Amino acid sequence: MTAPATPLPGADALVRERPASLWRDTLGSILRQRNAVLGLLILGAFVFVALFADLVATHDPNETLLGIEPGVERRDGSCIHLLGCPAEKPEHIFGTDGNFRDVYSRVIHGARVSLAIGLAAITFAILVGTTIGAVAGYVGGWLDTILMRLMDVVLAFPSLLLAIAIVTALGQSLVNALLAIGVVSVPIYARVVRSSVISARENDYVTASRALGESGLGILMRRIMPNSLTPLVVQGTLGIGGAVLEIAALTFVGVTGSLTVPEWGSMIALERNQLFNAPHIIVFPGLAITLTVLGFNLLGDGLRDALDPRLNR
Amino acid sequence: MGRFLARRLLVTIPVLFGIVFIVFALARLIPGDPCRAVLGERATDAVCDDFIHRYGLDQPIPVQFGLYLGQIASGDLGESIKHSRPITTLLVERLPTTVELTAWALLFAVVVGIPLGLLSAYWRNSPVDVGTMVFANLGVSIPVFVLGLLLAFLFAIVFKDSPISLPPSGRLSSGVFVTPLAEVWGMEDVQGLPRGILDFFSGIYTFSALITGQWEELLDAARHLILPAVALGTIPLAIVARITRSSLLEVLGLDYVRTARAKGLRERTVVLRHAARNALLPVVTIIGLQLGALLSGAVLTETVFNLAGVGRTMYEAITGRDYVVIQGFTLVIAVAYVLVNLLVDVSYGILDPRVRAR
Repeated sequence: MTAPATPLPGADALVRERPASLWRDTLGSILRQRNAVLGLLILGAFVFVALFADLVATHDPNETLLGIEPGVERRDGSCIHLLGCPAEKPEHIFGTDGNFRDVYSRVIHGARVSLAIGLAAITFAILVGTTIGAVAGYVGGWLDTILMRLMDVVLAFPSLLLAIAIVTALGQSLVNALLAIGVVSVPIYARVVRSSVISARENDYVTASRALGESGLGILMRRIMPNSLTPLVVQGTLGIGGAVLEIAALTFVGVTGSLTVPEWGSMIALERNQLFNAPHIIVFPGLAITLTVLGFNLLGDGLRDALDPRLNR
Repeated sequence: MGRFLARRLLVTIPVLFGIVFIVFALARLIPGDPCRAVLGERATDAVCDDFIHRYGLDQPIPVQFGLYLGQIASGDLGESIKHSRPITTLLVERLPTTVELTAWALLFAVVVGIPLGLLSAYWRNSPVDVGTMVFANLGVSIPVFVLGLLLAFLFAIVFKDSPISLPPSGRLSSGVFVTPLAEVWGMEDVQGLPRGILDFFSGIYTFSALITGQWEELLDAARHLILPAVALGTIPLAIVARITRSSLLEVLGLDYVRTARAKGLRERTVVLRHAARNALLPVVTIIGLQLGALLSGAVLTETVFNLAGVGRTMYEAITGRDYVVIQGFTLVIAVAYVLVNLLVDVSYGILDPRVRAR
């Protein structure tokens, strides 16, 4: 916006003192948050595992391993390599499940499904929610009332029940579960964006842009929406964690039907009755869900602390 | 206060209407033939025609909606297609389980969460604080059903023969019955709505056993409730603890707290009387908002602990395409949720005069 000015004498020193750009500043304050760093580390590990699942896993997650390898007589479901197994037993880091599949490899591959669905569902929710919230906040009036009451109605349902109903209505599949979680999450983002649009709308620089002849859409996109970015990033990060929990819940109650891909919630549902003699089959996918959600929660909290200028003491 | 209340009520009406509409629309959207879902794949066309006519499913959708509105206005929620019983009867039977479960879960969350939050705010950065926050972070991250299964494993298997062993499923041990209130009070000839209300409270076992002095039954019901209530209450507990902590931290930095200290008041009085009272306002809101999450969690908790509550019934109705049950139950749940939030808003208005002015 400003033309490069001739540096004032002595300004050099000042500039060297504060070389920070907006992005570097932000990154710095994020990295100063212990929670955010811990969250990033946890998520980094899960993203790595999800991307390179084929390399990290020791077995094909869908392969039934009963008597396939020569010389292996019998596999013991509760024999967990991690906790020490007799030498002659086949090695399974987390043991095997009721169908003699390698639990470790299934948990590893499950990271793909959970992260992909969580990310996709929240992206969908952010896109739809942002549109609704921006229109409601910028246009105002009766359109605002109608849109936000509609959001209230969606929020009035317990989210899991609404998601179950949507999946059942659309047909049982993982993709529809993703859509259902997305739809259920829309109101949160609509509210976040609407409130920041409303508070930004009355600023002088917005009036100035209007006076300069910028179009309504231009003002909304370039002048107002950047204000929503911070709350959206924070809410979105926390939202992905919530979506990971919800997808696990949906597959756990079984509305998605039988799955061909390993997924944490369905792994737990499938082996629920083994709880009393082989709890590890439930513990490991359960731990994976918990850690992933914890990662997003820590990162989201850390981001909020780092990005909210009101909290900078 | 009157105007605040009136305005708040007015806003609720369109939301309630929207809920009725969405409930109706969603039930129609569920694909598949309701007749064959209920009567089986081999039901003849004639039987199905009769069935569809009987439940008004052959009418145009707007007519069905109109009929539905008239019906619920007269307090009739219809009859379950699958169970062939009125929804209201099913509600009286299933709702107490969920009400009892969520009430105890919420109680657990509040009774443990608020003190934890207050302590960790007061002793900021102490081991208590760090421990509480680690626990709170884990608490909001662990899925309800994983926690439930782990608790069941721990208390029903690992501690099986110890005094702290707890039952992993059901509401009462086999052979134990809580005598209904109507029977205890000799009101068995009461019918209609009063009887429904009476039976509803009888279904809340811990409540009815307590007020009628059935001590052994009370103990048994309570023992069955502990695990599900703790599993369901952990997420709200973590949230309540966090909100209480940050809210008290904010209030403790305010001038009036310094004034209270300067007056020479005891530390206890300053923190509990002056600071905590104001700090708990946002906690009230959060507790109200948690109700929706609790009902979602109840579906999972009821699945894990084999409880025939509202959540489980809803799930079975949705997958079994029992439109009438889906409509009736969702309606009751959503309306209850909206009303509780209305109540929270109003109590907030009472607690904080500034809210009324807005």
